[in-house]
Amino acid sequence: MTDRTNSDLTNYVIGGVLLVLTLLTYLAARIDLGAANLIIALLIAAAKAILILLFFMHARKSGGLTWVVIGAGLLWFGILLLLTMSDYVARYPAI
Amino acid sequence: MSYRVERMPEMQFRDLEQQQETAQFGMWVFLATELLLFGALFTAYTVFRYFYPAVFAEASHGLNAVIGTVNTAILIVSSVFVALAVAAVKSGRRKAFLFDLSAAIFLGTAFMALKGYEYYEHYQNNEFPGLAFDYAVPNAPIRQVYFFLYFAMTGLHAIHLTVGILLLVYVLVRAYRQHYSTAYFAPVENAGLYWHFVDIVWIFLYPLLYLIDIHH
Repeated sequence: MTDRTNSDLTNYVIGGVLLVLTLLTYLAARIDLGAANLIIALLIAAAKAILILLFFMHARKSGGLTWVVIGAGLLWFGILLLLTMSDYVARYPAI
Repeated sequence: MSYRVERMPEMQFRDLEQQQETAQFGMWVFLATELLLFGALFTAYTVFRYFYPAVFAEASHGLNAVIGTVNTAILIVSSVFVALAVAAVKSGRRKAFLFDLSAAIFLGTAFMALKGYEYYEHYQNNEFPGLAFDYAVPNAPIRQVYFFLYFAMTGLHAIHLTVGILLLVYVLVRAYRQHYSTAYFAPVENAGLYWHFVDIVWIFLYPLLYLIDIHH
């Protein structure tokens, strides 16, 4: 098996970055940026999720089969969200 | 790490390595279905927030953002410990392995305690649909939808975290009894994958539920 183990240092560094990003999420939310608030919050959350996926869940050293499953999960969630919203935003009157 | 019995692969596998890969693939498929389970709730959230952003922002202020932030940090540190535990079992560092697992279990339990305190606060503040809810406030019906979603999403997450804690306790007991070795650690890795997934779900719940327009 390919060695997927992270060094302890890698785990500490990723953990530190995740904590900094959490603080950043909170601080960014305290500033009024209008619609950008939500976008920034989601971008930071996505960055944290990707770090966890790549390092803690070892996806960066996993085979193509793992990525197919990750991709399938995200694709179907995307379809669920996209088709649902494409219906609701076009409704009048609103719910 | 010393271990009690020489672990042999199950008969349908060529070797332990192939067995491990198969078990892990199964966990990834399960996590993809979990994404869709939580995805349905995230979609419901998106629909209602799209139509009622102001009411959601107002209702969000009823949440304790300090506890939410602390709990996010607790889960992240617990994930670090789980990652350290997986690295420790693979390199045969028994003491570190047992310590890291125990630390992750402790932090997971601390998260649940804080979450429970929050639920108690919501109950006291009449923000608990079905049990104690104040219908006299403005926009009460949509406010109620927000709290429905809040309890459904954090509740489903809390159930998952409880399962995660029980899994780690199981792994800890088995680790203490020397069931795992540098050659056999698939259950540790899979419990870890599950734990990290539950952490990722919370990372999205945190800004979406706690941090809506808190600059007011």
